[in-house]
Amino acid sequence: MDVKRLFKDKIALTGGVLLLAILIVALFAPLLSPHPPSRQNVIDQLEGPSSTYLLGTDQYGRDVLSRLLWASRPSLFIGVSSILLALLGGLILGMTAGYYGGAVDHLLMRFADIVMSFPSLVLGLMIAVVLGGGMVNTTIAISITFVPRFARLVRGSTVSVREEYYIEAERAIGSSSLRIFSRHLLPNIIGPIVVMSTLWVGQAIRVEAGLSFLGLGVQPPTPSWGTMLKAGMDNFLRASHLATYPGLCIVAVVLAFNLLGDGLRDRLDPTLRGD
Amino acid sequence: MTSFTVRRLLLVVPTMLAVVTIIFLVMRVLPGDPAIVMLGNNASEEALRSLRDKLGLDDPFWMQYFTYLGGLLQGDFGKSLVNNRPVAPQLLNALPYTASLAVGGVLVGVVLGIPLGVVSALKRNTFIDFFCRILALGGISFPAFYLGILLIMIFSMRLNWFPIIAGSHLDLRHLTLPILSLGLIQAATIARMSRSSILEVLRKDYVRTARSKGLPSSIVILKHVMRNSLIPIVTVIGFSIGLLLGGAILTETVFNISGMGKVLVGAIYQRDYPLIQGGLVVFAGFVVLVNLLVDLTYGLIDPKVQYD
Repeated sequence: MDVKRLFKDKIALTGGVLLLAILIVALFAPLLSPHPPSRQNVIDQLEGPSSTYLLGTDQYGRDVLSRLLWASRPSLFIGVSSILLALLGGLILGMTAGYYGGAVDHLLMRFADIVMSFPSLVLGLMIAVVLGGGMVNTTIAISITFVPRFARLVRGSTVSVREEYYIEAERAIGSSSLRIFSRHLLPNIIGPIVVMSTLWVGQAIRVEAGLSFLGLGVQPPTPSWGTMLKAGMDNFLRASHLATYPGLCIVAVVLAFNLLGDGLRDRLDPTLRGD
Repeated sequence: MTSFTVRRLLLVVPTMLAVVTIIFLVMRVLPGDPAIVMLGNNASEEALRSLRDKLGLDDPFWMQYFTYLGGLLQGDFGKSLVNNRPVAPQLLNALPYTASLAVGGVLVGVVLGIPLGVVSALKRNTFIDFFCRILALGGISFPAFYLGILLIMIFSMRLNWFPIIAGSHLDLRHLTLPILSLGLIQAATIARMSRSSILEVLRKDYVRTARSKGLPSSIVILKHVMRNSLIPIVTVIGFSIGLLLGGAILTETVFNISGMGKVLVGAIYQRDYPLIQGGLVVFAGFVVLVNLLVDLTYGLIDPKVQYD
């Protein structure tokens, strides 16, 4: 993909810049935070914005700004790593189904269809109940909900290239399936899959926020935008600012991934440009 | 059409069977002992054994599965571990709230999303198009539950137009904000798909032919473009109903609505396994039903689908 052309795409560029800013915030959260994110101060609880606490304090007197900055870490970590895990699972299942076809294909795709009949959040809830909360378990739960989608996407791309001459040639000289998968199939199908991954990271972050909001995702005292939103809602009448900021952070990061994904998709498929 | 409908209807049976099996298997690997959940940590071993025996927890795995399946076929979803009441009526009582949210959300999504997508496509690369696209992109980036919170802040707390809590009310005054918070997000998704689907069809030869033979623009759009753009739009509406149901769980929590989502979340907090299991079956059943309706709609929109 032509990176220079990508930079000329205003949508992708806006998304990229926004995402870069969020990544920098996540990376330098310890330096940027004015206060330790978990330090409680009961005297200052539920204060509005002031010079000491720029975005106010929560129900335990903790600095909201510091918590928001630190919370970017679990959101990005879970969003990106769950999609990477799902991508890995989807590549294995999708390439196997698409390349071998027949009963294997039928069985795997029917299974994918059935798993996809659960809404992401419902499936995420179901798995989160089994595994329990926490960052690693939430990552696994979310990644499982995305595996069938990747598998379907990869399978479709694999079917479209498996009969190409270069694959047939490799088969004719007796190359192993692993070599065909890694050296020929993967490089030829990965483009659109990377684009969809970018868009799906945004969705994964939304699912994470939802699970954390319900108390089944990231567990306190680790700050997360979902749990902060829930705390904000519980203290709605006394301090409405508590619910506003974490929600805006979720929207900003999801929007960044959506803008970048849209831009990448347009670059990859010129017929969609501007669509 | 009849054989297509029958074939599609028959496909629901193995799909539902697979869905129920997956839920049953997942529930069986859950940590914790339901007997301890019911009787508490201090219960005697004898009491626990007696309850396990009564609940059939010591039966072989396959027997538990077939007992559960048999019960489901007769509308018996088991009994709640917390209040010992049958699960089915509890779910049935909650269903109208979630169904109202789902139907209302889809209506708002369709009524706003399709016109937004059509206008955006027809005015491609103009300011209107740019505005609609930004609106749609912003919309799909908003979690529905956060939009719900913002709507409460503006319309309930500042303007005092709607109540903050919807609770057990099934009227428009109580359900307007939750429906809007789900529907506006739906509208964004539908608008995006409508726009790209219409742009795709606008490039087709038959549209150029219709225009070149002098048909008025309104006829070309309504009879040639819209009808042929409908399949992807219907697909995304069906798909987004699934997302909407997921969103409804959170929206019900925000507005404290006594729907399926609230029942499910409450059951999860209390580790009420039969209620969790029943809630999941109903949620997944709802999606399977929506997928069936979407497929049957394909048959109505595009006659070719029936012969595939």
